[in-house]
Amino acid sequence: MSDLIRKTAAELAELMTSGQASSVEITQAHLDRIAAVDADVHAFLHIDTEGALAQAAAVDTRRAAGEELAPLAGVPLALKDVLTQEGIPTTAGSKILEGWKPPYDSTMVKRLKAAGIVILGKTNMDEFAMGSSTENSAYGTTHNPWDLGRIPGGSGGGSSAALAAYEAPLAIGTDTGGSIRQPGAFTGTVGVKPTYGGTSRYGLIALASSLDTPGPCARTTLDAALLHEAIAGYDPMDSTSIDQPVPAVVAAARNGDVAGLRVGVVKELGGEGYQPGVEARFHEAVELLTKLGAEVVEVSCPHFQYALPAYYLILPSEASSNLAKFDAMRYGLRVGDDGTNSAEKVMNLTREAGFGAEVKRRIMLGTHALSSGYYDAYYGQAQKVRTLIARDFENAYHQVDVLVSPATPTTAFAIGDRIDDPIAMYKNDLCTIPSNLAGNAAASFPCGLADEDNMPVGFHVMAPVLRDDLCYTVGAALESALAEQWGGVLMTKAPELEVTR
Amino acid sequence: MPSITREEVAHLARLARIELTDDELDHLAPQLDQIITWVGQVSQVAADDIPPTSHALPLTNVMRADENVPCLTPEQALSGAPAAEEQRFRVPRILEED
Repeated sequence: MSDLIRKTAAELAELMTSGQASSVEITQAHLDRIAAVDADVHAFLHIDTEGALAQAAAVDTRRAAGEELAPLAGVPLALKDVLTQEGIPTTAGSKILEGWKPPYDSTMVKRLKAAGIVILGKTNMDEFAMGSSTENSAYGTTHNPWDLGRIPGGSGGGSSAALAAYEAPLAIGTDTGGSIRQPGAFTGTVGVKPTYGGTSRYGLIALASSLDTPGPCARTTLDAALLHEAIAGYDPMDSTSIDQPVPAVVAAARNGDVAGLRVGVVKELGGEGYQPGVEARFHEAVELLTKLGAEVVEVSCPHFQYALPAYYLILPSEASSNLAKFDAMRYGLRVGDDGTNSAEKVMNLTREAGFGAEVKRRIMLGTHALSSGYYDAYYGQAQKVRTLIARDFENAYHQVDVLVSPATPTTAFAIGDRIDDPIAMYKNDLCTIPSNLAGNAAASFPCGLADEDNMPVGFHVMAPVLRDDLCYTVGAALESALAEQWGGVLMTKAPELEVTR
Repeated sequence: MPSITREEVAHLARLARIELTDDELDHLAPQLDQIITWVGQVSQVAADDIPPTSHALPLTNVMRADENVPCLTPEQALSGAPAAEEQRFRVPRILEED
């Protein structure tokens, strides 16, 4: 296997600046890796070989001409299929968008291209990001590179699996209820949900507009921070974009000093329903932070127990509105247009054929929650609970700088285990959802393998709004202390994938 | 008593413009019933005097200068259309026959 695919993004950037490798070589190595293992992993829905190599060659040319390039110029990346890229198939994991090629770039893609980051292709996801396992993708499930019989998490399972399978050193995810952090935890990789509004939603196919947050995925904390800086910042095309400087995340990731940092362990995020191996690794990591000089206390967030039900009212409500645009008229699938059927009938037939079971469930749940007579009891009440959760965070941040918890109650489960039990599936996101409701920054960092199943466990850090840097401070401290114990980051313990080509 | 009946689910499907099959209705109705009962927990929270939050961060209206900026060409805008005619989206008839 080529050495290049084992390198971090920071190392690859260094190889290019020192002239030891070209972007074309690095990109080709990753394309070869995808060809060798993706039949088993199925992280990608579309691979843009020609486009990626052309982008890489352009970076090499500019570098040869002595141009000053951005830090990650020439490094390849896997892009979640929910972000538009001009001329490249974009499906959001749905049949209703099969074959659609967007006529414009999302802000995310514009910034990646401007930074010279090479986009290898589009990654698999639960349909419209509704799910925690990628089993809701209309194009088949992604497999966890740590154990191909297990799910990689979701909705961004493709992006995280691509990292864990060494198919890409960087990836982009989107996090509405945990879709970056939960797959990060399940695949032994790093996943960061920036502060809501810190990264642009323009060109992101909306799930729940008040929650959706694109963000970086990587195998190391520093790589995630470098990508974070490349993609974050104010965008006039997104009305909820924050017009303030990007937090100094790269500096935080390089520094990683937690001495004197006040860390709060959330009392409510543990105990019953949490896998023993997850809790064991989490508490060891907390002890490690204490040894490194952090001041750890227990903090109570009493309304977090209502975050999950509130979320499953707010999200479907917003989703049912956002997905009304799939009407078979302007783009995407059209079914039953036989010259006699009316537009409405065609719309109904198209949505029936084009949406999967989970999307239908959530659209109908949202339609119900928003219907007259139920609005106050469901959607209105959920919005009040949202206020109480934000207040829990506020109170906690009076006492501590960051909150921590396991990223997920369990490790990655077997494919098929929870597919027909929606509530069991929803409980995956117990720890991650409060930060979406409150809009603060949060991230998952690998903290070991559970004893029961040898699967990765994620350490969840929640920082106040626009203090994304604190997530990286904790992540970097933990990563270097654990790497010292293990003789490398957690990913070095991942089993070798069989090369099928 | 279920929190939602099969007939109500069929009604929601009509509102949501999804032509569900009978099998789907049989499968979805009990699942939605279960989910709605579960999310109903939010009503246990005493929140009468609590203001609702629709958005995590304070929202302000965003304006831009009223100037022409580049936009999609008609060809680009129509590039994903299921059917197009004379530089327009072609849609099925919108009126029902009498």
